[in-house]
Amino acid sequence: MSIDTTTVLTGKRTESKSVTKQGFDWGRLARYLILLISLVFVLIPVYVLLVTSFKSVGDADPSRAWAFPLNWSIQSWITAWKGTTAMPSVAAALGRTAMMVIPASIISAFLGSMNGFVLSRWRFPGANIVFTLILFGMFIPYQAVMVPLFKMMASLWTAKLLVPGAPTLILLHVVYGIPITTLIFRNYYQNVPQELIEAARVDGAGMLGTYARVVLPISIPSFVVVLIWQFTSAWNDFLFAVFFGGNPQTQSPVTVTLNHLAHGSMLSDYGASMAGALIASVPTLLIYIVLGRYFVGGLMAGSVKG
Amino acid sequence: MVKSRPKFVMFLIRLFAPITRAYRAYVTSPKTRKLRKYGPPILLLSPSIILVGIFVYTLIGRSISMSMTDSYTFAQMVGAVPTETVWFDNYVTLLTSENFLHSLQNLLLYTVVFIAGTLVMGFIWAWALDRRSRAEGIFRSLYLFPMAVSSVAAGVVWRWLLNANQGNQASGLNRLFQNIGLGFLQNGWTTNVTFGITAIALPAIWQMSGYVMALFLAGFRGISDDMREAARVDGASEWQLYRHVLFPQLSPIALSALIILGHMSLKVFDLVVAVTDKHFYPTQVPAITMYNYMNAGNYAMASAVGVILLVIIAIFIVPYLIHVGKEAK
Repeated sequence: MSIDTTTVLTGKRTESKSVTKQGFDWGRLARYLILLISLVFVLIPVYVLLVTSFKSVGDADPSRAWAFPLNWSIQSWITAWKGTTAMPSVAAALGRTAMMVIPASIISAFLGSMNGFVLSRWRFPGANIVFTLILFGMFIPYQAVMVPLFKMMASLWTAKLLVPGAPTLILLHVVYGIPITTLIFRNYYQNVPQELIEAARVDGAGMLGTYARVVLPISIPSFVVVLIWQFTSAWNDFLFAVFFGGNPQTQSPVTVTLNHLAHGSMLSDYGASMAGALIASVPTLLIYIVLGRYFVGGLMAGSVKG
Repeated sequence: MVKSRPKFVMFLIRLFAPITRAYRAYVTSPKTRKLRKYGPPILLLSPSIILVGIFVYTLIGRSISMSMTDSYTFAQMVGAVPTETVWFDNYVTLLTSENFLHSLQNLLLYTVVFIAGTLVMGFIWAWALDRRSRAEGIFRSLYLFPMAVSSVAAGVVWRWLLNANQGNQASGLNRLFQNIGLGFLQNGWTTNVTFGITAIALPAIWQMSGYVMALFLAGFRGISDDMREAARVDGASEWQLYRHVLFPQLSPIALSALIILGHMSLKVFDLVVAVTDKHFYPTQVPAITMYNYMNAGNYAMASAVGVILLVIIAIFIVPYLIHVGKEAK
């Protein structure tokens, strides 16, 4: 069974007259009860994040853990945003992360698009083997390459060919994004009729011409999927960030900053770390709200299929 | 025409004739046509091939060879002290050390609880939403949103919720249990040496259930009403309908979900670091053991842990890929 890579949550079953039961519908009540109880489970952390972030430091008594703040205070938000001498600023980290994530996703998307095009519509002998070999990269745990990868990057740093932080992370997110982006684009282009490509070929267009004039203009849906996927996974990444992010105070992405905030010197200051967590989640949440359907589509593509 | 050509031109033409002939033969030969046809796509793909070749295959090879050395110290790491090959000694050390076995056991417990929890939650939500519930869109979006949040950000709040304090000092979920009269449910969460790791599965379930719901919902939507009606008209009970119509349709999706979740869970790192700590023994998992080895300059052991993770993942990914490959044919 194959799953559409671009969008999934649009399809509602077409309405048809179903058997209407007499009397009170207990099943319906049970379903709504389940939905509402689950909603509480899902929203509890949100409540905690919001309430705690508006408490002042003096309002931290455990007995009032679940109560509203005594005085609503935005001090924690200011602390998290601006940072203090002991705590890195989340605002600065947001900027650094954006500078890293945006180029990484755009480069990944174009690379994946070209690979997907070649592997589906401009094939060469052995294309399937190459595709399988590339795809395998998706399944490796990064722990299995981390030691030599770190040695390699460290030698590039000493040779001044690369800088820790954003440039290194862009390289890594692009390289390790190749398998998934290639997969998404390949699956998408397989639905493009070969006649379209042949027509362009007959008209004398070369490979790049066909790609630029025929394939690229119809790729927008899968570009959206890939950009969202790469953006959120790079934004939320912690493993690469912690190894290759450089100085946690001045170079690292926001996940490292957030971890620093939560585990730093002021352990009791939950307010600031909760405010920081909310601030750090805004970009991905915004993308999710605006383009949620594609977001799920990107994840669907993760379920590898033939 | 030919006659009108000066002599030296004719001479030149004759001189270069073998070359032009060879060139013409070269251009029109099947081999060259192939090169002209297949050269460009291979050229376009080559940066990716080279990058994947280096960053995936070469590095895995180097991890394996590194894991068979005695590179245990910073001095060896920078090359000041030579290293020797010890073959499989490091694997033997790891697989007989109580600490590492503990982290493997944790990984297993975490994976089982996480996958079971996510599949059950996701299925129930999809089932409840499938019947064209009112406000379906809102429920769906709210169930899905935790997936957009990073594990580190989720860890900040779950760290607070899973606070181990009880009684007067309780906060987090323990305090909530007290407040709603379920005080007996209070427990030490992540501090339990054996089952502490399953508490970490809670935030993971919180994050990923919505994703499984979306997968199953897509599956439910793929089953037409006509099919259901047909089964009902044939006298199928509700259970039989599920058993014979819906489950077979959903099982490929469940399998994909299982693989994706399992793959995710075996690499778990961020969430544990965020909720507890890298040095907190009860919630150790291999990815964290590896991080700690690496930070201590023990590259040989760190690589060995990485390779063990690779093997574990390969054990269940490879059969799945073969299965998918067969289905595609």
